Amino acid sequence: MATSNAELAVGRSQRSGRLLASIRPGSKYYALRRLAENRMALASLIFLVVVLLLSLLAPLLSPYDPNYVDPVNRKLVPSGSHWFGTDDLGRDVFTRALYGARVSLLVGASVTVVAAFFGSILGLISGFYDKVDGLIMRIMDGFMAFPSILLAIAIMASLGPRTINVIVALAVVYTPQIARLVRGTTLGTREQLYVESARVIGARDGRILTRYILANSLSPLIVQCTFIFAYAIIAEASLSFLGAGVPPEVPTWGNMLRDGQRLLTTSWWLSVMPGTMLFVTVLALNLFGDGLRDALDPRSQER
Amino acid sequence: MISYILRRLLLMLPVLLIVGVVVFALVHVTPGDPASVILGPEATPEQVDQLRDTLGLNDPLYIQFFSWLGGMIRLDFGDSLFLGIPVLEALVDRLQVTSLLTLYALALSIIIGVPLGVIAAIRANSVLDRVLMAVSLSGAAIPNFFLGILMILLFAVVLRWLPSGGYVEINKNLSEHFQSMVLPAFALGFSQAALLARIVRSSMLDVLREDYIRTAYSKGLTERLVVIRHALRNVLIPAITVIGLSLGALLGGAVVTETVFTLPGMGRLVVQSIARRDFPIIQGAVMLIAVFYVLANLLVDVLYIYLDPRIRYGNK
Repeated sequence: MATSNAELAVGRSQRSGRLLASIRPGSKYYALRRLAENRMALASLIFLVVVLLLSLLAPLLSPYDPNYVDPVNRKLVPSGSHWFGTDDLGRDVFTRALYGARVSLLVGASVTVVAAFFGSILGLISGFYDKVDGLIMRIMDGFMAFPSILLAIAIMASLGPRTINVIVALAVVYTPQIARLVRGTTLGTREQLYVESARVIGARDGRILTRYILANSLSPLIVQCTFIFAYAIIAEASLSFLGAGVPPEVPTWGNMLRDGQRLLTTSWWLSVMPGTMLFVTVLALNLFGDGLRDALDPRSQER
Repeated sequence: MISYILRRLLLMLPVLLIVGVVVFALVHVTPGDPASVILGPEATPEQVDQLRDTLGLNDPLYIQFFSWLGGMIRLDFGDSLFLGIPVLEALVDRLQVTSLLTLYALALSIIIGVPLGVIAAIRANSVLDRVLMAVSLSGAAIPNFFLGILMILLFAVVLRWLPSGGYVEINKNLSEHFQSMVLPAFALGFSQAALLARIVRSSMLDVLREDYIRTAYSKGLTERLVVIRHALRNVLIPAITVIGLSLGALLGGAVVTETVFTLPGMGRLVVQSIARRDFPIIQGAVMLIAVFYVLANLLVDVLYIYLDPRIRYGNK
């Protein structure tokens, strides 16, 4: 599938983007060109940007308040005036789903940033300094010995249901994965000649780690980050669904699914609509991550 | 082989110690005094004091840790604060549901994932391949609880073929047992099946390019024989690693799936215990599942070595 996409893309780039086609192999923007030529990845990116914009502009786009209770219009099926129908309190499901996207994207992005930050530091130190490698990696192994959602549930049980706690719990869960990845690339790059040369000209460890080693770990790190973004969104929804995540009164996809399941026999849209938003968003993130990996590492495309 | 297993068992100890520290720390990262958090705002100071005593919270931290760890080693997880019975007893009661659910889901993911991956690889780049890979991509993106809800909607609400939830014990009624488990097992196993199908497909594509496959074909063997006897064996080796990793996802996913289908397993007990602030149950269940997961990973590694003579002899 990947090869045929590339073939199609070559044809397309001849027709449309002269600018895109002018980026030659070897240019530092070549990966960007490859990404732009991957239709699935591009469509996914556009979809994600649209979801982000819709969620941010929700107050302007929707005439309804996500928490406005309207007893007259309870459990309406999806229609022109209520695209996703209304729930058992008469609240507009589409509006709530847009506000839910805010929470999902906020949690996903925050978890990714925090886990990437701490994971990179731990991974760099672990891969660069043999003395602490064993200790750091055993601790990471310990955290990875828990099924991730179970660890998140246990941490949430202690911290209590709040959005910030969800971010903390999930960052704890995903940091070891980043640490392990960055340690691997660090071990691979630290013996390279250019790292030796940097040391010879007097570069300090901090500079070598950030300018040379981290810079060369960025491609796999960025790709892993898109997948962690997707995992974090699923995990947040799962925690909220179980009642251990974002407080139940806040509209999130997980909370809406939990409330919706109780009324599954009479009002299917209460579960199906937010669930579909969740599913399509995660699918888009995965497709975008796949495209990013293919663009950054052309060898992976052969499969 | 035996020395390898012993070495791996020894290496497990520091990991299990960290697991223990993390689980022990769970109670102590609670904002505020754990005893008052557990009892809620209406508790009298005397009740809080009494619970602090029961939980051993008045001792120095290191004494608390070692007595707790000692308990874990003796499989003494303490008493449930809500149920009033030993934690181990409460967990053992629910072990059957969780372990059967995980096993069924694992079996389903292999039964679905491996053949689909093989078929997609043999017919690489065909329409069938694309459809299968699209299904696989979707499977990896759909959260198991949402898939569960969709399946309840279709098979229980609309078609009325299967129950929407509840559990029938295996020794009570076998057919009803399977009826109660088929939807949860599928909801749980589907994403792992999707993952497995992708891995099997890509490693099958690699294997099919090997010289020995060409040799097998030139001997005049049929495609079926080449794939099953020559290729599949070598494909299964990377697949085993994925299956091992799946176990963690399945054990974790079981917690969520049990809640969707109201199955009385360990996961549902954990979720119920959050609202009851029953920390000994949460700690015991999390500890038990983590230990089980670590052991299962060891088993997978041993199986891996057993299946791949190259690793076995390389190690000698």
